[in-house]
Amino acid sequence: MIKGGIKVLNPYMPYPVRIDEIITETEDRNLKTFKFVFLNPGDEEKFSYRAGQFAELSVTGKGEIPIGIASSPTEKGFVKFTVNKVGLVSSYLHSMKVGDIMGIRGPLGNSYPWDTLEGKNVVIIGGGFAFTTLRSSIIFMLDPANRKKFKNINVIYGARSPGMLLYRDELAAWEKRDDINMHITVDAVNDPDWKYNVGFVPAITEKKAPSADADTYAIICGPPIMIKFTQPVLDKLGYGHDQIIMSLENRMKCGIGMCGRCNIGKEFVCKDGPVFTLAQLNATPREY
Amino acid sequence: MKVIKIDKKDWAGGIEKIQSSYRLYGPVKSDAFHDFKALEKGELPDLNFSNTRVSPKSVVYPQSEVMFEYSLDEKDAEHHILKDAAKDYSPKAVLGIRPCDAASFLLVKRNFDTPEYKDPYWIKSYEATTFVGYACNNPCATCFCTTAGSGPFNEEGLDVLLVDEGDCYYAKVITSKGESLLNAAGWKTGADGGAPDKIAALEKEAGSRIASSVTTGRLKDKKTTELYEAPFWEDVSFACINCGTCTYLCPTCWCFDIQDENSGCSGVRMRNWDSCMFPLFTIHGTGHNPRGTKLQRVRQRFMHKLKYYVDKYDNGIQCVGCGRCIRSCPVNIDIRKVCDMMNSYDPKACACPAK
Amino acid sequence: MLGYIDNIREISKRLLDEGRVDMIIGFRKGTIPLMNEPCFVKNSGELSTLVWDSNCGINLANYLTDRKEKIGIVAKGCDSRNIVTHIIENKIKREKLVIIGIPCKGMVDKRKIAGMFENGIEDITEEDNIIRVKSRGVETSLNKSDLLQENCALCVHRNPVIYDELAAPLIEEQKSVDRYADVLRIEAMTAQEKWEYFKDLISPCIRCYACRNACPLCYCPTCFVDESRPQWCGKSQDEIDTRTFHFLRAYHCAGRCTDCGACERACPVGIKVRQFTSKLNKDCLDMFGWEAGLSPDQRPPLDTYKPADPGDFIK
Repeated sequence: MIKGGIKVLNPYMPYPVRIDEIITETEDRNLKTFKFVFLNPGDEEKFSYRAGQFAELSVTGKGEIPIGIASSPTEKGFVKFTVNKVGLVSSYLHSMKVGDIMGIRGPLGNSYPWDTLEGKNVVIIGGGFAFTTLRSSIIFMLDPANRKKFKNINVIYGARSPGMLLYRDELAAWEKRDDINMHITVDAVNDPDWKYNVGFVPAITEKKAPSADADTYAIICGPPIMIKFTQPVLDKLGYGHDQIIMSLENRMKCGIGMCGRCNIGKEFVCKDGPVFTLAQLNATPREY
Repeated sequence: MKVIKIDKKDWAGGIEKIQSSYRLYGPVKSDAFHDFKALEKGELPDLNFSNTRVSPKSVVYPQSEVMFEYSLDEKDAEHHILKDAAKDYSPKAVLGIRPCDAASFLLVKRNFDTPEYKDPYWIKSYEATTFVGYACNNPCATCFCTTAGSGPFNEEGLDVLLVDEGDCYYAKVITSKGESLLNAAGWKTGADGGAPDKIAALEKEAGSRIASSVTTGRLKDKKTTELYEAPFWEDVSFACINCGTCTYLCPTCWCFDIQDENSGCSGVRMRNWDSCMFPLFTIHGTGHNPRGTKLQRVRQRFMHKLKYYVDKYDNGIQCVGCGRCIRSCPVNIDIRKVCDMMNSYDPKACACPAK
Repeated sequence: MLGYIDNIREISKRLLDEGRVDMIIGFRKGTIPLMNEPCFVKNSGELSTLVWDSNCGINLANYLTDRKEKIGIVAKGCDSRNIVTHIIENKIKREKLVIIGIPCKGMVDKRKIAGMFENGIEDITEEDNIIRVKSRGVETSLNKSDLLQENCALCVHRNPVIYDELAAPLIEEQKSVDRYADVLRIEAMTAQEKWEYFKDLISPCIRCYACRNACPLCYCPTCFVDESRPQWCGKSQDEIDTRTFHFLRAYHCAGRCTDCGACERACPVGIKVRQFTSKLNKDCLDMFGWEAGLSPDQRPPLDTYKPADPGDFIK
């Protein structure tokens, strides 16, 4: 009941959703993918997103966490998020069951720069559990309606071990396609039947990534250590800092550039990001 | 501009009349300090003050505010679904707000009222408020409003400006919102023709009493990364104890936290003021903290107010010169000094301009 | 105490020049009357910034926590007791410190003085027991002894309890001060009266944690009010949460508090935070004959057990 005043849409109000499916992704059981369906008709249309955006998952009674959207805008009827178990909210979420009611608020942030990427070669470089919005991007680009909009697609994706790779069935399916070049790698492996790469992401990038030209863009998403050692490799391959695209994470609350904590310089990671080019990041304090 | 004359003997009666259509807030003295509080029926604002200890931002933006309510009881039909909390956005008025504090709302508005998103709580509360200012005839020694985009008689952000002229207040009518309030109080007598001159004289005298200043003209031209890496931050931040005093007392600090608080099978999602001085403000779930040190947090506060804000909005600094952070800092960190250091910083000139 | 300045600078210069310390921690002149700013000096050419007067109330032991450098620190009686407490609690190593002891004649209560001059204070000078305040061009002379911060007026440990250098000869300690009159007054209240008293006492609290952060005892990497798993304490202005903070913090200081007054001095809303800690200080004195920080060789009562300890619950 609101007395007086003007009518304003409330950007803090999440859409109510039901957990439709929970998939344990990794052998350490710390990563689960949650598939949500919207409770109210029409909310799915309102939650219209682009690959690279995120949302606040609202666990009623615990709080909210900002999580990249793992499903692709081309997948209809649900939204998917892969969540690492770290803090209060994510740990509780991991204990929730199919059928439980919660909320999602978004979509938030910018996205990967799809207008710029159209007509270009795209190199996707991911590490560990930071592959979620990259999955969204790959599914989006491979959609029959979209594939022709992009030139070569290369994907370098690494994890500690085969059991720590996300979306393993999909990775295998992409391996078989000829319209995407997959370079899956693990840090180390005991399995004699492992048929993909062994080695850290920066080393595989050096070997497998196409050398730079004006039409080639790299999207990097991964742990800080991977980014730290991959960036010099891309420099060596000749990638300009406008052609290196990164997605950042910071502690967030509002997700709409108001609560003040996620800034790097004058930019808010939640609203002006989370996607920045390296050239943009070079001009701002590295507080992430 | 229209000026109304309010005889001080008509003051209490007028306020009583306004109270039937407005919720009133004003400075109230408790112990040695004044603070803005909701005025009880018949209670008058105590205008015998220089400024309040805590800023009046809480009139629009309370330190703790419930946003949503919810039930966790699965027997309830709509359990785990957030519901808007009951809110009262009926008209309210803040009486006796100083011009610097009133100006601060315009700065804060840039954060809460953006082209992309509107913060409904702040905006509705702000729009419900009529700001009745009280010109500063006697500014404090720590006031530097005149170089921080405001001034002791500044009208920006106000609906009415009261000027104390001995036996009466002159009320400058700035907006129609202000006019409505004056009408509601029954204060309608136009001031004598000499009023504008008297006000101008008082304003001039007040301005001349402001002895303190900041220099801000070159902040915009500085390179963010160079200011960020300036060597003076170690010296500036050394004394800081990382309490939230400066940010909580500041009229222009707006940062907040969102928390769910449960009680049995129900709960509320609320927001509380937060502070960039606290390590918790930025810590990641993994334990990594991009602003994990005191130096980083102190630098964030000053860079936000004096550089990031300046660059983002091209509308001056995020400070109105009220001087509260200077007066109340337990360890005497002085924004005027830091602002001047930033404004005059030349990375090429000297290895350590800190002293 | 103004005469101390030259000695502090001289000692500091010697310590820096001889390489005995990497930095001196002391005070520099504040930008407003009644305030000085804690600072460090690494270069003996910059020692002229160091000052000493009756506005050096911040407890400098707070700036030693976990520091690794060799430090020369200016320490009045209470600071020195907190340095002892820091040494006992392994927050600093004695051998890293050169303590420049200050026999302290008390710090003034800045709020009390500011409250006496409604038109603001332009300048303050002091000389022995006289404080001269200039307000709107008019100078007023006041007796410093009437203006002391409450804990300083009640202080019986004005001399440093541990030091390597002295900025001045030791002074006579105050005798026959009634340290716990306030505590006795509250002890005499009924439970309900006490409840109301403490409720009113902390009602202006804005949870800025200045009291905690100014306190040299409050060095926990994560304070219990900041813990999220589990979250012991809500973050709002709910009075139960505010109370939880103040009550628990006081108990965390039991047997450790030196009554330095940093908490009260720091509080932006004027809460008499010592009303909590004074009671615990008195209890420690009554029950264990203990005052915190007098000797690095004695363990505090709450981390030792003696058969003669009062309280049957533990036996």
